[in-house]
Amino acid sequence: MQAPQLYVLAGAALVGLGLYSLFADRHLLRQIIALNIMGGGVFLVLIAAAKGGQFGDVDPVPRAMVLTGVVVAVSATALALALAGRLHRMTGASQLTIGDED
Amino acid sequence: MSNSVPVHLRMLLAALAALMSLVLSASVLTLPAGTSDLADSVFSLMDKSGADHPVTAVLLNFRGYDTMLEIGVLLLALVGVWSFGPAPPDPATLAPAGPVLDSARSVLLPMLLIVAGYLIWVGASAPGGAFQAGAIVAAAGVLAMLTGWRPIPALRPAIEVGLALGLLVFVGVAGGTLSYVGTILLLPEEAAGSMILLIEVAATISIGLALTAVYLGGSPSHWAETR
Repeated sequence: MQAPQLYVLAGAALVGLGLYSLFADRHLLRQIIALNIMGGGVFLVLIAAAKGGQFGDVDPVPRAMVLTGVVVAVSATALALALAGRLHRMTGASQLTIGDED
Repeated sequence: MSNSVPVHLRMLLAALAALMSLVLSASVLTLPAGTSDLADSVFSLMDKSGADHPVTAVLLNFRGYDTMLEIGVLLLALVGVWSFGPAPPDPATLAPAGPVLDSARSVLLPMLLIVAGYLIWVGASAPGGAFQAGAIVAAAGVLAMLTGWRPIPALRPAIEVGLALGLLVFVGVAGGTLSYVGTILLLPEEAAGSMILLIEVAATISIGLALTAVYLGGSPSHWAETR
């Protein structure tokens, strides 16, 4: 098996691991980390699947898209972390609970 | 109060996650090769793009619209973080920083800023560019904040102008190309290189300031008192 196929498998494994942790762990911080791991897995799959045309080795368009995706993921993580911190400061809770609303 | 997921649901989730990984890898590994000619289009237009590196050309010329919206997303996240009220005091700075961190800061900060400037310049022909340099500037800002620096109210106008600068320059270029060339963000061939450099410098300042400000986790505490 060559390197690109290995990276695709690794990226897919990361997506699966992140998905499991996102739903199975209840602590907000772990869910945010799980989302980041899923994002990392998606980027790995995109880069590994980028095959060049007849001119060059690697397709530059997915690489540019992943650069954009990294920045957007960082912004979303920053907002999510600030929200989680604010929730903790206001209510002391570190998990989201589905319960009866009163 | 913890509501942990029961074991049988965990096993179902693990099975579903494994299934997702399998479907993802199978569908990507069996993609037919050679169905997209985007790479060929990019490489054949490289001499008109104003940059020597294909990724920079795609980011700032061919798909400049995406990059402009990306800077907008970063600013939007910052506005969201700032809307949460004053930032909590950072536990790392409640005690004064030790001598090692202080001397590391005085050596590293100028070096980080120089490396960021170099990355903007070299982005035209090698991996680099605005976002990488902006991340280095943000690292310098976070290092400064770890040693106790906080933005004082007098700096507020400069910081707000710096934050808006990247998006403003990009939108200005977009408006200019729309009115003079007819197509939005279609950089004219002879000026493409300098326009890319201008956009990158403004974007680096903006991105570095935005990422540094977002590290605080709220709006800078002294700013609320000046209104």
